[in-house]
Amino acid sequence: MIDALLLQLGYNATLVTLGACLLGIAAGVAGTFLFLRKRALVSDAISHATLPGIALAFIVMVSFGGNGRSLFGLLFGAGVSAALGLLCLHWLTTRTRLGEDAAIGAVLSVFFGLGIVMLTIVQTMSVGQQAGLEGFLLGSTAGMLRGDALLLAVAASVVLSLVLFLRRPFELAAFDPAFAETSGWSLAWIDFAMMGIVLVVTVVGLKVVGLILIVALLIVPAVSARFWTDRSDGVILIAAILGGLSGYIGAALSAVAPALPTGPIIVLVGFAFFVMSLLFAPKRGVLASVLTHYQYQRQIHLRQGLLALAQGQPIYEALTRRLMFRAGLILPDGVATASGQAAAAKALLDENRWSIVRADQSFAAAATRYDGLTVIEEFLTPDQMNEVDGRIIAPRALF
Amino acid sequence: MSISLVNDAHNKNANLAQSVSPLAVHGLTVSYNQTPAIFSVNMVVHPGTMTAIVGPNGAGKSTLLKAVLGVIKPLAGSVSILGKPLVKMRDKIAYMPQRASVDWDFPTRVIDVVMMGMYRNLGLLGRIRASHREQAIKCLNRVGMADFATRQIGQLSGGQQQRVFLARALAQDAEIYVLDEPLAGVDAATEKTIIAVLQELRDSGSTIVAVHHDLATVSDYFDDVVLLNKQVVAAGPIDDIFTEANLQATYGGRLATARVDPESVAI
Repeated sequence: MIDALLLQLGYNATLVTLGACLLGIAAGVAGTFLFLRKRALVSDAISHATLPGIALAFIVMVSFGGNGRSLFGLLFGAGVSAALGLLCLHWLTTRTRLGEDAAIGAVLSVFFGLGIVMLTIVQTMSVGQQAGLEGFLLGSTAGMLRGDALLLAVAASVVLSLVLFLRRPFELAAFDPAFAETSGWSLAWIDFAMMGIVLVVTVVGLKVVGLILIVALLIVPAVSARFWTDRSDGVILIAAILGGLSGYIGAALSAVAPALPTGPIIVLVGFAFFVMSLLFAPKRGVLASVLTHYQYQRQIHLRQGLLALAQGQPIYEALTRRLMFRAGLILPDGVATASGQAAAAKALLDENRWSIVRADQSFAAAATRYDGLTVIEEFLTPDQMNEVDGRIIAPRALF
Repeated sequence: MSISLVNDAHNKNANLAQSVSPLAVHGLTVSYNQTPAIFSVNMVVHPGTMTAIVGPNGAGKSTLLKAVLGVIKPLAGSVSILGKPLVKMRDKIAYMPQRASVDWDFPTRVIDVVMMGMYRNLGLLGRIRASHREQAIKCLNRVGMADFATRQIGQLSGGQQQRVFLARALAQDAEIYVLDEPLAGVDAATEKTIIAVLQELRDSGSTIVAVHHDLATVSDYFDDVVLLNKQVVAAGPIDDIFTEANLQATYGGRLATARVDPESVAI
């Protein structure tokens, strides 16, 4: 196991692991734009549409007396048939009233069905090279050769450079398609390029991840990365890292246990990263938002309690009283302590300051920070504070 | 003056702008599934003016803008920018789409959105330099949003989002500004800021074309108006065209619900 992760399992396994890592990086990057463009499922249609091409390529190569297992030939067939599927999808969505979701469903199932039928025919052929073709369904790195891994590496590098080259139009198309068009880039060509890149990733990834699950390698890293950052460059970078790690760890694991299909393992590793992101990411993660929620609730209760104190009103809510007692602001009978009195006076003063800031357009930026909690001194200069304080006419605290 | 017929208005405008109109549209028809959204629209915009496109819901206002910008392919007709075909003159037009047209949870910051306005000049690989960032901050400053430069766009209010979009259009550094409902659903302060920026642009020689929904403010803000309901009902200077009769012809029975302020309508 450790040996596998440290690339100590021999030359071929090392090449395959590095190839899978590169594939993961390329898929993470290409998938980010697909995800941001909200067309994630198009990749599923593309990948399923490869199957008839694989089977047909095998039949053609065998019947011309060639090697039916030539990876290059099979992938070429896969690419042609995936491109055909993509064209069908494009035609259905632009020329009919069918929505993209329905069109994806139609293309995906029809191509996959056709592929399965052709694969069954292949199995009945009397040539004896068919073994291994089903590896394209779920991925298998067992029989991979050095040349296969090199093909993967080259394709991944090409994809990465293309994305680097086209990142601006891709970003525009994902955020604001009409604006992309007015910036002089044809949306049709941007989408064509985006889908072309996804197609290349899908086809070269077939042997490693398999056509059923390659969609996960494209989408999961991007979705996970979104939890960690609010910038699109950041999403691309983190998706590349997570995708690369998924490919690397998954392929290494699969080298240790060749009986297990590679694709599902890579996807499960990616899923583990997703769960970690979902739970632990700062700001957007589940734990962070639960924590923030309770912290926020506590602050709101304290603030409301203090304002009630300052205005001499009773505190009705039990939770408020409990929180304030714990913070040492009130005694069990609801009477303010010395620190409670000081805090209450400060709370009321701040509230008055905020109401002036919020009423004045010249403080627009600061005013948006009003949430009943934020410390006002952090957003105003001392001069501004003096100006605001000079304008306070609201009642001062009782204390 | 009473109702102008389509062709009258068109011919008059065409004569006035015989030199070079920044934006001229001839016989433009766009249809979705055999139903025309706009039909045979003629429109000539004068240089250095603010033109409002006004009409009821479904009149094809946004469609007209999109066709003018080449985002939608028209079924018939042509668009010329400063006397030349649109494809050669894209750089001269800045565009501000409707706020609702994008995903505000998109992972990007205010300043990144403004930088998008410079992409067409930067090209695919042009380096973003400090001068570009300064430029972007300047654009944000003009709309009073410089303090928000590093905020995630989802944290902005509707009016602020609209101002960021205007800053991006400013960053496109164009001669013609095409805006789709720049004042829809914004607060009063934003409305004031946006109008002030647009008037500055006009006074420095740029041309503004905006879809506008609020009949009460059309004559306060704009120089010319195009009344649109699939076809151009009337077009020309506000004082001549923005009449009760023309509005009736544009909105039909829906005028009552459009709430016209009687004093703002020229009689």
